[in-house]
Amino acid sequence: MPDETITLEVFRYRPDEAPAEPAFDSYEVPYHEHWVVLDGLNWIKDNADGTLSFRWSCRMGVCGSCGVMINGEPKLSCASFLKEYYPKAVRVEPLAYFPVDRDLVINLEGFLAKLRSVKPWIIRDDVDSTDDGEYRQSPAQLAAYKQHSMCINCLLCYSACPVVGNEPDFIGPAALALAQRYNLDSRDQGNAERQPALGSQDGVWDCTFVGECTEVCPKNVDPAGAIQRAKVSSMLNWYKKMLLPWGQR
Amino acid sequence: MSGPYRPSMPAAWYLRTQPYRVFMLRELTSVFIAGYLVFLIVLLVRLGQGYEQYAAMMESLRSPLAVIAHGLALAAAVFHSITWFNLTPQVMPIRIGEEQVPGAVVAIGAGYLPWLIVSGVILWGVMR
Repeated sequence: MPDETITLEVFRYRPDEAPAEPAFDSYEVPYHEHWVVLDGLNWIKDNADGTLSFRWSCRMGVCGSCGVMINGEPKLSCASFLKEYYPKAVRVEPLAYFPVDRDLVINLEGFLAKLRSVKPWIIRDDVDSTDDGEYRQSPAQLAAYKQHSMCINCLLCYSACPVVGNEPDFIGPAALALAQRYNLDSRDQGNAERQPALGSQDGVWDCTFVGECTEVCPKNVDPAGAIQRAKVSSMLNWYKKMLLPWGQR
Repeated sequence: MSGPYRPSMPAAWYLRTQPYRVFMLRELTSVFIAGYLVFLIVLLVRLGQGYEQYAAMMESLRSPLAVIAHGLALAAAVFHSITWFNLTPQVMPIRIGEEQVPGAVVAIGAGYLPWLIVSGVILWGVMR
């Protein structure tokens, strides 16, 4: 163990113990320059307190499991180096605005229902036989949506968004960005099927363009941009429907 | 066993981080924009009532309070315009084939340049 240590103040919530009140536990963790916050959490679990619960998997910013609040900012704990905070203490909390099941483990049920509501998959009116080959796409058609397709569902954007905190039913940045990603896909024909969710009270119009979802996104998905563009197309759709004689009301 | 812990949203959430504070400031500037529009409508009504009323209102605008209010409204309008112009490339990214047109070009072309031209024309009209 190195001489130097760093303090991790970790949010604890144990629903099976009375009283089930959230609290912070402090741990002295060995300080290594190459350690990330997730290494610190794993050290605690292995050496100090095996009851600490948190999610993680790939350790390289691909799986999107290990998002937490670090000193109040939503971050992937696998991509946040201790040296960014040393020698000050690091406060680790569960992602903001989500119900907490236990310690750093948030409840994902609400998000998964929101994700399903925008139908983030390719929708076709006419499904070609597989014998006809793949649906071809030019590099320009791919570039039109590729950025928004990089989402790993880490939910940092939800914890950066004050609208999510104030309006619990808001579909939220990642799900709306994914809806827009499929709307922009040249192979997709599901725009009208997604419109009821996108254009609803809890859809794109709830967004006030704070823009922090885009700032915290580790994959450069730009949910804020995707949502504003969805607002523009949602508005154009409405005008087409209402004003053009051949529009279908 | 208790259910999930549900943290509550702090009432003053908009003071918590710098980006939230800047966002709230941007939203608040619209109050000044709306206020100035009301002022312009009142000015038009006064003009409709005759030259005397209009001149009296213009005279009252020389008071220090009116000058300060106008200075504040101008600062708010400039902040409002700049923050929104800077967001334009996110709302309408322009793509030529596979290439994305740089954000600065969009912000200048769709925001700053027309702003400068319109301001110039108005200035020319006033100074003439």
